[in-house]
Amino acid sequence: MAEFLSLQEAVSKHINNGDTVAMEGFTHLIPFAAGHEIIRQEKRDLTLIRMTPDLVYDQMIGAGCAKKLIFSWGGNPGVGSLHRLRDAVEKGWPHQIEILEHSHAAMANAYEAGAAGLPLAVLRGYVGSDLPKVNDQIKFIECPFTGERLAAVPSVRPDVAVIHAQRADRKGNVLIEGIVGIQKEVVLAAKRSIVTVEEVVDDLGASVNACVLPSWAITAIAEAPKGAKPSYALGYYDRDNAFYKDWDGIARDRDTFQAWLKENVFEKGAA
Amino acid sequence: MSLEFTSSEMMSVTAARALTNDMTCFVGIGLPSEAANLARLTHAPDVTLIYESGTLQTKPDVLPLSIGDGELCESALTTVSVPEMFRYWLQGGHISVGFLGTAQIDRFANLNTTLIGDYREPKVRLPGGGGAPEIATNAKEVFITVKHSKRTFVKDVDFVTTVGFGRDGKARDNVPHIGRGPTVVITDLCILKPDPETKELVVTSLHPNVTREDVIEATGWDIRFADELVTTPAPTARELDVLRDLKARTNAHHSSTQSGQQ
Repeated sequence: MAEFLSLQEAVSKHINNGDTVAMEGFTHLIPFAAGHEIIRQEKRDLTLIRMTPDLVYDQMIGAGCAKKLIFSWGGNPGVGSLHRLRDAVEKGWPHQIEILEHSHAAMANAYEAGAAGLPLAVLRGYVGSDLPKVNDQIKFIECPFTGERLAAVPSVRPDVAVIHAQRADRKGNVLIEGIVGIQKEVVLAAKRSIVTVEEVVDDLGASVNACVLPSWAITAIAEAPKGAKPSYALGYYDRDNAFYKDWDGIARDRDTFQAWLKENVFEKGAA
Repeated sequence: MSLEFTSSEMMSVTAARALTNDMTCFVGIGLPSEAANLARLTHAPDVTLIYESGTLQTKPDVLPLSIGDGELCESALTTVSVPEMFRYWLQGGHISVGFLGTAQIDRFANLNTTLIGDYREPKVRLPGGGGAPEIATNAKEVFITVKHSKRTFVKDVDFVTTVGFGRDGKARDNVPHIGRGPTVVITDLCILKPDPETKELVVTSLHPNVTREDVIEATGWDIRFADELVTTPAPTARELDVLRDLKARTNAHHSSTQSGQQ
């Protein structure tokens, strides 16, 4: 059964230096509160996995948490670059990070294979792309039945999955609504999982086919209202598009970034 | 009476016209999204728009800033998971058109969204592949829309993130279960299509008031022009009205949300 913890306790207990951590939420329900707690606890040498690193990994990379990044699209959606990611890759600040990049289709397949307990995912992908030349985790295999050449990537099996969801009931069952992305897959693929939620309620109010993660499939739950801001939580609050635009200016410069981090992360306690 | 319009408006209107009512379009963010929604709000009200965040048959009132804005989900017929989107709907063969933008494009319509320079020591690091590598091969055909400049239109891309027709124009030959690839490229200057034999991009239509010299000057290779070069029809008053309304609604929406500290 999921254990109800404070966010501070959940991160302290379940995320260790050197862990492989996948914090998901495909452009929705991005677990910012958890990311900020990881920054505050100064976790180091993490291998971070996420399809779209988004601002949350830009902040964590700039804060020095990451050793390696596995991703498929590393931009500020509709705005431009992730400047902290670029500074780490191009100039090694605050330190050099290793990157391993895929396509979205490959990563989605790799998460699903992880959830299914398989060692690899097979897809009709990467045809004609240079990505296999720079990522040794992309191979090609022959279908034993048809002879078709197909791409293969290892499944994603992180130490820890971190997601944000709308709500949990008091037993620890979790409801995810709207753009459900890859959240179910990452929790089932991981050894441990932390789910932050907007609120804990008596009744989830889930329809019969809703995306529900049962309590016994989750390690820890922490209540974190507004825990996805400036991303959004459908039914609770909208995406703060203006902040995503402002981030471009904040993150472009190391000093303004560090001042922002100090004021908005280090000097603020966990929710 | 002749209408005034910008080259960007010309590009969006022309890109929108490439879509028809019976298409199922996998939409990239940015220019493709603007064009696809303009098509839906003008001549193709029943065009099916799909975004990689899992939103099937979506009808946003304002253009999304990200591929997963709530607007896309709330106005969609239904929303599926990301693995389902890529496995069943895209790889499964349900997408007629992939509509993509790019940072660099070369003469064989290969797209680079990964980096400028050398992979291990990039001059400029770009976002990466996202959905494009598989959209370009699993959709039945691909439309591309991008602004025309020498920096963007290069002879050979620094990195093939997403295949057009490969370095030699033959990358799709004898590959089973692969789409036709790019069939049209729409820029702010012209329309280009791949040569049926060599697959090299050829200018087939110049936008109003654009000269051959303008295109030559903005292209990084010795660009060819079709024998029967035509002039792209100018935007209509209605197309311009709808586009300008859409953009005004979008700008108001994205700057009105509460900003500042988290």
